[in-house]
Amino acid sequence: MSMVEFKQVVKSFGPLTVLDKVDLSIEPGEVVVIIGPSGSGKSTLLRCINALETIQDGDILVDGRSVRGGKEEIHQIRLEAGMVFQQFNLFPQMTALENVMFGPINARGMKKAEARELALKILTKVGLETKAGHSPAQLSGGQQQRVAIARALAIRPALMLFDEPTSALDPELRHEVLKVMRDLAAENMTMVVVTHEIEFARQVGSRLIFMEGGKIVHDGNPVELLGNPPSSRLKDFLQHVH
Amino acid sequence: MDFQWSVIWEALPNLLQGARLTILIAAVGLAGGLTLGALAGMVRTYGPNSLDWLARGYILLIRGTPLVVQVMFIYFALPILAGVRIDGLTAAILSIIINSGAYVAEIVRGSLLSIPKGLQEAGLAMGLPFSKVLRLIIGPLAFRRMIPALGNQCITSLKDTSLFIVIGVGELTRQGQEIMAENYRAVEIWTAVAVIYLLILTAMAYGLKYIEKRMPIL
Ligand SMILES: Nc1ncnc2c1ncn2[C@@H]1O[C@H](COP(=O)(O)OP(=O)(O)OP(=O)(O)O)[C@@H](O)[C@H]1O
Ligand SMILES: [Mg+2]
Repeated sequence: MSMVEFKQVVKSFGPLTVLDKVDLSIEPGEVVVIIGPSGSGKSTLLRCINALETIQDGDILVDGRSVRGGKEEIHQIRLEAGMVFQQFNLFPQMTALENVMFGPINARGMKKAEARELALKILTKVGLETKAGHSPAQLSGGQQQRVAIARALAIRPALMLFDEPTSALDPELRHEVLKVMRDLAAENMTMVVVTHEIEFARQVGSRLIFMEGGKIVHDGNPVELLGNPPSSRLKDFLQHVH
Repeated sequence: MDFQWSVIWEALPNLLQGARLTILIAAVGLAGGLTLGALAGMVRTYGPNSLDWLARGYILLIRGTPLVVQVMFIYFALPILAGVRIDGLTAAILSIIINSGAYVAEIVRGSLLSIPKGLQEAGLAMGLPFSKVLRLIIGPLAFRRMIPALGNQCITSLKDTSLFIVIGVGELTRQGQEIMAENYRAVEIWTAVAVIYLLILTAMAYGLKYIEKRMPIL
């Protein structure tokens, strides 16, 4: 069964159609990188997967569960899909450790001691065990984003969604976040990544999607698409992000 | 004129009695007002349209009329309309609850709206129901932002209790008025009354400062 399946998905904001009958299926273990011009619907596509946006037509199945299936289905989908935002969105009143413990305790019902152990393990994995007691304000952008990734991983998702995870970071801080994402990909985590990091797409992506105007225009092997863009639109786009 | 300290000493027991009532009305009234305001504020921010209209109507009514008129209505008009007799103290407390609640509602709404949307989404995205997101993430953050404005409201409401002189509740101002009616020592009595208010409100201001320090805005 596919990890994620879009079936003729239509998403609109009032009169504006943002996803226009999108079909897409993502298999377990794939690293799908989504690129495209601003406003093409990349974030919206990602946010529809865990029902942060509601769709108007069609259906999305996440591990067989429909985003239109009601509260309990959506709850299960969200436990299954971790999300990382451009602006980190760490809870400012909690330490790094508390941020990571938060999901296991409050969404998974885990005991505090157990959650602490798990959170420390994951913080170690993203290289931040020494920052466990720091509040988000005391961390650099790159560190904050790694905590945010750890927080999403702590609910033990089967799928990770990244919405421009490095766009708010200084260039020299991006690599530390990208490294964590590479490690995840190497562990066969299913990932959907909206990004402008073309190198990441080439090296880590198993699949590249180019969106424009709410439609998937290209969908294929990153190395092939980037090496030999099949349309002038993609060629133009790549020139602009470089 | 000669300022007679003895007048103050004689009046002090009654004035302190009044001060106690002032504090009681303000404390119970504000506890209720904060609760009512928190509810109305959440309804205004997140509630369904029907409830939102109700909350809006309440806020419009209270902010659009003076407190004196509100307490007069509760004390004199409500018994006629509803057929229940309300004693002065109850009417006073009820007035503070209903009055401060309307202002608190708007404070609560403003603070809730000021919390970045992304934090709510981060909570929802990890599978929490909205009620938990509100209680564990947005609520505590918004509360810190409310403290200065809520502090203002507490100070205002405490001073507003002096208006209950009109329904004969023996709070501080009323006590001063009654003592003065007997001894005509306006300077001594109103000085004492003012100083007692000042002491209560200064203590309150320090309390608020302490809370603000303990719970800084993030
Ligand atoms: N909540 C909303 N209400 C109304 N319109 C919205 C909303 N969210 C997004 N849009 C519109 O939907 C379109 C697609 O937005 P989306 O955020 O998915 O684009 P994007 O491809 O992620 O762009 P960017 O690269 O700038 O992040 C845009 O035109 C945007 O203005
Ligand atoms: Mg976007």
